[in-house]
Amino acid sequence: MKLTIEEVEHIAALARLELTEDEKQRYAEQLSDILDYAARLDELATDQIPPTASVLDMDLRLREDRSRPGLSREDVLRNAAGTQDDQFKVPPVFGGQE
Amino acid sequence: MTDLTHLTVRDSLAGLQAADFSSVELTRALLKRIDSLDPEIHAFLTLTPNKALAAAKAADDLRSSQPEDLPPLTGLPLAVKDVLCLEGVRTTCGSKILENFIPPFSATAVQRLLDAGVVPLGKTNTDEFAMGSSTENSAYGASRNPWDLTRVPGGSSGGSAAAVAARMTPAAFGTDTGGSVRQPCSFCGTTGIKPTYGRTSRFGLVAYGSSLDTVGMIARNVADVATLFQHMAGFDPLDATSVQLPVPAYTLPETDSLKGLLIGVPEEYFIEGIQPEVENRVRAAIAQMEAQGATAVPIHLPHTEYALPVYYLIAPAEASANLARYDGIRFGPRLGEGEDLWQMFTQTRGRLFGPEVKRRIMLGTYALSAGYYDAYYGKAQKVRTLIKRDFDLAFEEVDVIAAPVAPTTAFKFSQHTDDPLAMYLEDVFTLPANLAGVPGLAFPVGPDSNGMPVGMQLMGPHFREDLLFQVGHAYQLATRWHENWPEVNNKLK
Repeated sequence: MKLTIEEVEHIAALARLELTEDEKQRYAEQLSDILDYAARLDELATDQIPPTASVLDMDLRLREDRSRPGLSREDVLRNAAGTQDDQFKVPPVFGGQE
Repeated sequence: MTDLTHLTVRDSLAGLQAADFSSVELTRALLKRIDSLDPEIHAFLTLTPNKALAAAKAADDLRSSQPEDLPPLTGLPLAVKDVLCLEGVRTTCGSKILENFIPPFSATAVQRLLDAGVVPLGKTNTDEFAMGSSTENSAYGASRNPWDLTRVPGGSSGGSAAAVAARMTPAAFGTDTGGSVRQPCSFCGTTGIKPTYGRTSRFGLVAYGSSLDTVGMIARNVADVATLFQHMAGFDPLDATSVQLPVPAYTLPETDSLKGLLIGVPEEYFIEGIQPEVENRVRAAIAQMEAQGATAVPIHLPHTEYALPVYYLIAPAEASANLARYDGIRFGPRLGEGEDLWQMFTQTRGRLFGPEVKRRIMLGTYALSAGYYDAYYGKAQKVRTLIKRDFDLAFEEVDVIAAPVAPTTAFKFSQHTDDPLAMYLEDVFTLPANLAGVPGLAFPVGPDSNGMPVGMQLMGPHFREDLLFQVGHAYQLATRWHENWPEVNNKLK
């Protein structure tokens, strides 16, 4: 199977990735090769096989619902490119392309 | 005094204990060696000499003020792979998108060794977000193999393995999602553990494939790895998949006897395409173990060939979700913010992620997208069950499984960079253990005709790291391959 440039653009949009024309061409080919390779899984009948949910046969545990100290606001904001008034600063959310 | 940089973990600890040298002296010696070698090897992305010397000084002070009640690793220098958070030290994951990220906490596995007294020398190079088999995907340039500077050190923990092989650190943290501890150990002649999934905490490990990621350790021999792993492993309430099982004492045998051990040799790991010298060295190592009293029997892991397509659907799918957090808002540089939110997201991610990371995000997004989920991700998770069952059945018959780590020894730079599938094939023998969650121990079993190390891996049942350490240590008591080391200084002239 061969991915089209339109399909690559659709995936890139879902993944929020800007790609150059060059990259679109290259990924169309490389992803097609990899997916062709993955198609060999179809050789196996898996109708009766459950999907792996966890590699360990153990029950999920819940922790006690108790508050504990978290990171300080200063620590959380320190790595952000834009902050204002102790908050993350982002471009306008409404009115952009979507 | 002997050259301190050549000491193993255990000898370093013994020397510190006997006051043959101080932690400051040991740390200085290693930093000096890093200064002279690392411009060529490029094992480190960030060095922390001031932090290291301050920690070494504090360790020495502690050793003289309370010698009775010392943390077990007091004053031991160590390096940390740059996908593990170390509080206050830049953690890049080999990516431009985390170029200036300074974590406000340390990963649990790292913190445990800090609490046990280690001295952090710096952060080691990695393929971007641990995605790769050569360190060529690092945004900061590849590391070079100390045995041959024209070859890759393997990946993604290539910086850690190269640093240990070149005697720039006695040990280094690695992480293993699809072979990233074992394959660089094989390429650099070092020893490393990929633990059972859930045995070490993933908290503070920057996530790649969350159902596969493990934190491991790389050193020069099994005894050193076991010594450090003892203090890293165990339950962590901060990681929901960390397992609440006691960690046994990893005591090692005093003799090299392997009497009574049943070793399975999977025929699917000795396939066409494997470098003949790799097969010969691994078979010779198995014969050596038989000479020590073990019995080797052929076994089958029939779904081995499907591990590669399964991994390259599941890991990218998990990565595409995990890496959604790099949106230019909370971490890292931000591009396109003058325009609108969409431009900020797509430019920041499109321009700051490298080609392999984007390829895997694209692949994973596709495998999870509407209409394809069942055909790709769902199918892969079912075949993963078959791969896991292969191991479950095998371990009803044998104690451990012995196999090559990789089909080849270290390859040359750029050999696979234009062909992602060829690069992925390098992982064909390491992926199954991650998909099944079982532990793997990699160690050297002799050189090929170019002098490059060949690695073997022992895989065991879930939570049987103790058995792997015992068998690996017995082998290293009987052989000297792990003592080989690259004369890097001569290569640099």
